[in-house]
Amino acid sequence: MNFARREPRWAVTFTLLLGLVLSVLPLPDWLSAVRPSFIALVIVYWSIYAPHAGGIFGAFAAGLALDVFKGEVLGQNALAAITVAYVAMTLHQRLRNQTLIQQSLFSFAMLWVYEVIVWGIEGWIGHKTSTPWRWLQPMIGGMLWPFIAMLMSRTHSRS
Amino acid sequence: MAVFGSGASRSFGGRGPSFGFRFFCYAVLSVVLMFYDQRGGWLDTARYGLQAAIYPLQLAVNSPSAAWRWLKESFATREALQAEVDGLRNQLREQQLITMRQAALQAENATLRKLEGIQPEVIEKRLVGEVISVEVSTLRQRLLVNRGGNSGVYKSQPVVTGEGVIGQVFRTGPFSSEIILITDAEHALPVTVLRSGVRTIALGTGRSTSLELPYVPQNYDVKVGDVLVTSGLGQVFPYGLPVGRVTKVTRDPAEPLAQIQAVPIAQIESDREVLFIWSRPGHPSAPASPQELAVEAKTP
Repeated sequence: MNFARREPRWAVTFTLLLGLVLSVLPLPDWLSAVRPSFIALVIVYWSIYAPHAGGIFGAFAAGLALDVFKGEVLGQNALAAITVAYVAMTLHQRLRNQTLIQQSLFSFAMLWVYEVIVWGIEGWIGHKTSTPWRWLQPMIGGMLWPFIAMLMSRTHSRS
Repeated sequence: MAVFGSGASRSFGGRGPSFGFRFFCYAVLSVVLMFYDQRGGWLDTARYGLQAAIYPLQLAVNSPSAAWRWLKESFATREALQAEVDGLRNQLREQQLITMRQAALQAENATLRKLEGIQPEVIEKRLVGEVISVEVSTLRQRLLVNRGGNSGVYKSQPVVTGEGVIGQVFRTGPFSSEIILITDAEHALPVTVLRSGVRTIALGTGRSTSLELPYVPQNYDVKVGDVLVTSGLGQVFPYGLPVGRVTKVTRDPAEPLAQIQAVPIAQIESDREVLFIWSRPGHPSAPASPQELAVEAKTP
């Protein structure tokens, strides 16, 4: 049996692109200040439900694309993305069986980790790109998780 | 999406041992990238290529606002268009009045400066670029313009509009370039006060309607309403491009420096087109190159 065929690679590619677009879509100042990292949410989702489809590489590529897009130092979002992906992948079997609320809490934690990494690298480089509102973003992302998870579960057949 | 899990790790075990290893490899790669990107150098070439790869996505992301603009323009009423034409006609008339005596003034200037002949205009070449996206937040004031390395645009090239300076090229791709505006909090621009000749530096504030001149001593001659032009120092901008107008001068006797605020002349948020300019090398108003500065320093 060939497992490769069951990996929703097109869905992964498409949703990662969509997440990237949502992450950089020009929005009014106040809205973009609290915009959660959609790309991180998408990465967490795939890390839980199809850890082998995109893998760490998918997260890395998406993060790098975001770096180029935002004109930030190369590797900044990529490092945050692969860290989040790695943690979610290691725990994916446990997470799959949890309720959406528990998963929301997990994704909140992951988004927070993501922000902390990006924030740390920005501090190291000395180039600030965000406001203190960023610490609100993971919370909003966590609240959005049930909706995003439900929407994304339609893009692939759950085994 | 070329690299995926190896056959072995795709087994039902799920928790493949390769996750940790691959995570480690990519983490090292990220850190190496960050390190070399910070130091500049060969990664700039990679970034140049990546900019081209990301350009279609940038266009796609900004297409809704572009479509909206296009719709608004195509449904503009006849009256609105007529009003715009009238406005432009008035503007042209005023500009013509200003430039009418230009030739005579240039000749006069040449005589006064004891020059051999009339100098040609300092701006040798220009290129019109269309703004794809505008980012104006307190932390970043940037433009994305649809001209890049393929059109000859280079890093730290001056960018102006019809009114005055708006910024300089921050990063180029083959088809696009990112422009840092003079109002970006990380931008500093050498300027001179046209009336009194005081030279200083105008810093961006992160607000698109204000510039700061924090390095002017108390007793220097700067007044509200003074026009600031580029000073030609700093090796980027030629001399004499309009930058801003002083709006507020605060002289606190306890402070050694005056606090001066200015408003940029070029309207950044409303402009949809910008000009990249090339200065004529060797022109007296051209930005001084390091060699010329060294020569000047040697000859008192």
